[in-house]
Amino acid sequence: MKIGDPDYAAPADAAAEPTSGRDIVRRFLQGDLASLRVILAIAAIWIVFELQNDRFLSAVNLTNLFLQITAVGLISVGVVMALLLGEIDLSIGAVSGLAAAVMAVLNVQQGWDPYLAVAAGILTGAMIGLLQGMLFTRFSIPSFVVTLAGSLAWQGALLKVLGNTGTVNLSNSPITKLANTFYSPGVSWAIIAVALSVFALVTLAGHRKRVAAGVTTEPIGLIIARIAVVAAFAIVAIVILNSDRGLPLALIILFAFVIGFQLLTTRTVFGRHLYAVGGSAEAARRAGISVTRIRIIALVLCSSMAAVGGIMAASRLLAVNQSSGGSNLLLEAIAGPVIAGTSLFGGRGTVWSALLGAVVIGSIANGMDLLALESSVKYMITGGVLLAAVIVDAVARSRRQAEGRI
Amino acid sequence: MNGNGAILSMKGITKSFGPVQALDGVDFEVNSGEVVALVGDNGAGKSTLVKAISGIYSIDAGEFSFEGTPAKIHGPNDATSLGIATVYQDLALCDNLDVVANLFLGQETLVGGPGRLVRALDETNMEHRSHELLEQFSVTIPSVRSEVGTLSGGQRQQVAVARSLLGEPKVVMLDEPTAALGVVQTKQVLGLIKKLRERNLGIIVVSHNLANVFAVADRIFVLRLGRRAGVFTTSDTTEEQIVGSITGAEFGNDQEQKGSG
Repeated sequence: MKIGDPDYAAPADAAAEPTSGRDIVRRFLQGDLASLRVILAIAAIWIVFELQNDRFLSAVNLTNLFLQITAVGLISVGVVMALLLGEIDLSIGAVSGLAAAVMAVLNVQQGWDPYLAVAAGILTGAMIGLLQGMLFTRFSIPSFVVTLAGSLAWQGALLKVLGNTGTVNLSNSPITKLANTFYSPGVSWAIIAVALSVFALVTLAGHRKRVAAGVTTEPIGLIIARIAVVAAFAIVAIVILNSDRGLPLALIILFAFVIGFQLLTTRTVFGRHLYAVGGSAEAARRAGISVTRIRIIALVLCSSMAAVGGIMAASRLLAVNQSSGGSNLLLEAIAGPVIAGTSLFGGRGTVWSALLGAVVIGSIANGMDLLALESSVKYMITGGVLLAAVIVDAVARSRRQAEGRI
Repeated sequence: MNGNGAILSMKGITKSFGPVQALDGVDFEVNSGEVVALVGDNGAGKSTLVKAISGIYSIDAGEFSFEGTPAKIHGPNDATSLGIATVYQDLALCDNLDVVANLFLGQETLVGGPGRLVRALDETNMEHRSHELLEQFSVTIPSVRSEVGTLSGGQRQQVAVARSLLGEPKVVMLDEPTAALGVVQTKQVLGLIKKLRERNLGIIVVSHNLANVFAVADRIFVLRLGRRAGVFTTSDTTEEQIVGSITGAEFGNDQEQKGSG
């Protein structure tokens, strides 16, 4: 950085044009380090479990692994909305159970159309988010208190909705197709070909627009490399999935929500304001942003995604019962994004961390099940991984700030 | 300097908080292409005057006129729409966002076409305009895509000032722009203030640092106990006279009182 004469007229980005290979590496490390670190961690976890049990990386088990993480991954996508604000929603477990119960009762007992029942379940989540968001902003109660109280209340509502039997069987309902539909190889390849083409075209068009406008651009080689890496991952995944039951609909739904929320948070005014409020609510307020509105919308999205995840879990388990949304679901849905680099203090993180974190936690749970470890050991290992991930993140962040700050 | 007539002038500004008379019939004006420093001891009414101009406080009595026509300022939006921008001491930047995002925060540019429905950001346009703005004022930062949290204090101050310029204001108020800055960074910020003057803006600088005030101001406006204690042309004034006016002593007083500022 040039300092000294205040009249020194340097082009504002003189130091930023990534001209050398070293710059590219530096930018890559600073920008994508969190994601890269998690991907390396996933690779290490997979190798360790594969060495212990060679069924871990089989097509059947990997397909199961992805089906296992879909529900928690969907819930985590919503959790990221709250985490980006530095808030937390402890009601997501109960909300996921309640939304699934509403859907199941309407579909199975009241004979509603399955689509309408799913919509009613998601709407239940949205309304709960709206209520909790309004209580949180109107009375300035910490979000974890509002949602902790909510968690108990919605748990009670779940029992009420399920009625005397305490369980609703979904096995004859079309809703089970959500988690149990697999596409044949031909359809899978067509879907992935379209998705990759759109990704490549949009990425290259964006690059061309930036070049035309003369603003900072990444080197074209890096962009092509990124497209190639994504394509390679997708193709390998499709090959593996096709050698088992095929591409699951549940996985498409998960990716659709992750990509949709990623675009929402990085490409829209709402997303920009979400990060701004999470970074400095006071600065956002002075810039004319309605902090209350952003907070309420974020909690509505969080609860809505909890409902979506609950419905997916119900579809996979073929039933809704009194323990739906209970057990480790809440902990795992919040721990996932945090493990994958989303800050608990707001303003930092990505929607991708929901997916990556779910893969980390899901892989450990799945691998430990394959090894038939005791629950006591599983809890302690999962806790240790969470703690280690948060420490690594904290150390990396302070190092980056120490380097960046003049 | 090049006195093009008062862009903002105020007469008889009065503001009290209960029994405390914060401002008592203050007259104040700033011309285009002029830097006016606003100085005074703690409690002299500097912040109250700044907040009255920026619309945060509504005044009890007094008149504003902007570009020669009477104006009313009842809220921050009135001040902004007149063309008065304020840069507060704590800057109010989001450390986790980059320079472009901070510059356009709350006034983002949207893409055209179907993307507008989802309020999609036009990053290319915003980045392009950020470059133009920062180059115009020779702001030196590593990259417009740097996170603001990684910038130095002086760079952050410059980003905050640049943000206030996006709305093309005619008057810019800076509250303690050089507090907590090092020598080099202070020089950068003072350089930026001079650039603003060259572009014919009216600039009001609130500062405790008389050395900086003398380095950049054309006129020095002294407030004492809510009243106008004096207005000095920098070139015919000594620091002792200003200190005397701030403290209420006839002549320059000892350093102890100056230090209390």
